[in-house]
Amino acid sequence: MRLSRLSRTTLGIVTGVILLVVYVPLFVVLVNSFSTSTSLTWPPPGFTLEWWGRAFQSAGAMEAVATSVQIAIIATIISLALGTLISLALQRFEFFGREAISLLVILPIALPGIITGIALNNFFRTIMGVPLSIWTVVIAHATFCIVTVFNNVIARLRRQGTNLEEASADLGAGVWTTFRLVTFPQLRSALLAGGLLAFALSFDEIIVTTFTAGSGVTTLPIFILNNMFRPNQAPIVSVIAVVLVLVSIIPIYIAQRLSGSEAERR
Amino acid sequence: MTETQPAIRLTALTKEFGAVTAVDHVDLEIAAGEFFSMLGPSGSGKTTVLRLIAGFEQPTGGTVELFGQDVTKRAPFDRDVNTVFQDYALFPHMSVLDNVAYGLRVRGLGRKERNERALRALASVRLEQMAGRKPSQLSGGQRQRVALARATVVQPKVLLLDEPLGALDLKLREQMQVELKEIQRELGITFIFVTHDQEEALTLSDRIAVFNDGRIEQLGTPAELYERPRSRFVADFVGTSNLFDVERSRTILGRDGHHSVRPEKMTVSRGGLDQPGVVDVPGTVVEAIYLGSGVRLVVDLDDGTRVSVLEQNDRDRMHDDERGDRVVVSWHEDDVVPLGIEALPGISG
Repeated sequence: MRLSRLSRTTLGIVTGVILLVVYVPLFVVLVNSFSTSTSLTWPPPGFTLEWWGRAFQSAGAMEAVATSVQIAIIATIISLALGTLISLALQRFEFFGREAISLLVILPIALPGIITGIALNNFFRTIMGVPLSIWTVVIAHATFCIVTVFNNVIARLRRQGTNLEEASADLGAGVWTTFRLVTFPQLRSALLAGGLLAFALSFDEIIVTTFTAGSGVTTLPIFILNNMFRPNQAPIVSVIAVVLVLVSIIPIYIAQRLSGSEAERR
Repeated sequence: MTETQPAIRLTALTKEFGAVTAVDHVDLEIAAGEFFSMLGPSGSGKTTVLRLIAGFEQPTGGTVELFGQDVTKRAPFDRDVNTVFQDYALFPHMSVLDNVAYGLRVRGLGRKERNERALRALASVRLEQMAGRKPSQLSGGQRQRVALARATVVQPKVLLLDEPLGALDLKLREQMQVELKEIQRELGITFIFVTHDQEEALTLSDRIAVFNDGRIEQLGTPAELYERPRSRFVADFVGTSNLFDVERSRTILGRDGHHSVRPEKMTVSRGGLDQPGVVDVPGTVVEAIYLGSGVRLVVDLDDGTRVSVLEQNDRDRMHDDERGDRVVVSWHEDDVVPLGIEALPGISG
């Protein structure tokens, strides 16, 4: 497709502006993590590596990272298991109320976090009588993390059809063997994509977390929010932010390479 | 026991999908070692019958017996039949060898033995050098042969083939027809072959069941179906026919009921044959189509009936007929096939 010179220039400028809006603030954060100013003044008066050293020695920050990773991993595992099962149930079997259940599964991701937060807070404390802890956060996160796995897996199952499963059964494989040798390998990349999204969703969630975390459970987003406006802590927050940017590039890179090699094989 | 029992016996087999009756009280026996075809247009129920035999669908009524054993309620993995799917359904994440060895693997055979047997099966379809490839790296015809090897390596008693040649181009299809027939003869097992291609069915089969509207319209050898179709539908679907409805049968043939005459049983001459037992009807050539091996003439008889005549391109063909020529179409009384009195439901036109 060929574009006129004018539209090419215009589109180029628009693209450039949008990329700038997205990436300049990230760059500012990176610069601030080396700034000698403790209150994020711009331009930075000087540069230092002090905050980087302090951040990695900060027990609070490291603990927050560990808590967040732990919650995200467990919530993702729960989502992968339940999301795959519900997708198989809804896509491969006919039963009463199928459509309704499909809607109910997707709904949590559309619900405002504040509502989920209040509802779960109430439910855990007053109805269930369960004290808030790290596990209440995990359950709360899993309610909406399931959706990303579910969406990915059910789309794959729908596209795949039942042919391969029928072929497997035809050749003598029972239901479980068919799942292990045929269905699951076909779902692998969908599970990876859904799982990475679920992990990311959980990792930076703050609203539902605030309502469901027990005292003493500090996830990384909560730690950042708490420290952002404290004197002398702002540069440390910047350091953490930069590390998180670097860390989040890795799974995206892996996911892209995986889907790339899969596209080649087809 | 297996000598006397039919490989497959269907009794009053019925399948309804909601309000639609896809298969309607089908009774059928298929002998062991037979190459049996189920022929019909799409939606005629032939594929559903195949899926009922394989166990992918549960019948609404009736039974499926396999060598005398009622398998109606059994799951697909519990039946001694295997399927070659229309789109092959090869497992894309496995190598060709693993695909073929799959049935042996789920039966618990060790890797060494199952790979040996899979390689032998691949060799029988001349694809052993492709063992390490992925299905996506094969051509359509090669995938087809892998699917065949995968289904036959577990030595089923009955092999079901669901339009296995449908996706191949003409040359390859003809070549695969020959191979299929050879493989069937070598293995000596029952083949049940679903197709909408009447020529393919005639070429390959010992017997054919012509399906229409969920029922078997006619069952017989290729020659029986072609020479003696019993209904308008069969006469029209298997090969081409000149159909004479009740009125035209009366005026032209002087008989009651529907009739058909095959185009190659008709000849065209200038003055008619004037022999005993031969009908001569004058008409005008509407179209003459050169086919290489012959010529197809479309002739409007004087009462308006349009017939198609197939003339062999041999030494006897002395004249060239052209559009507008006055001719006489002749056929022998014995080549008129009665199709019954009733106007049978079938495809018209």
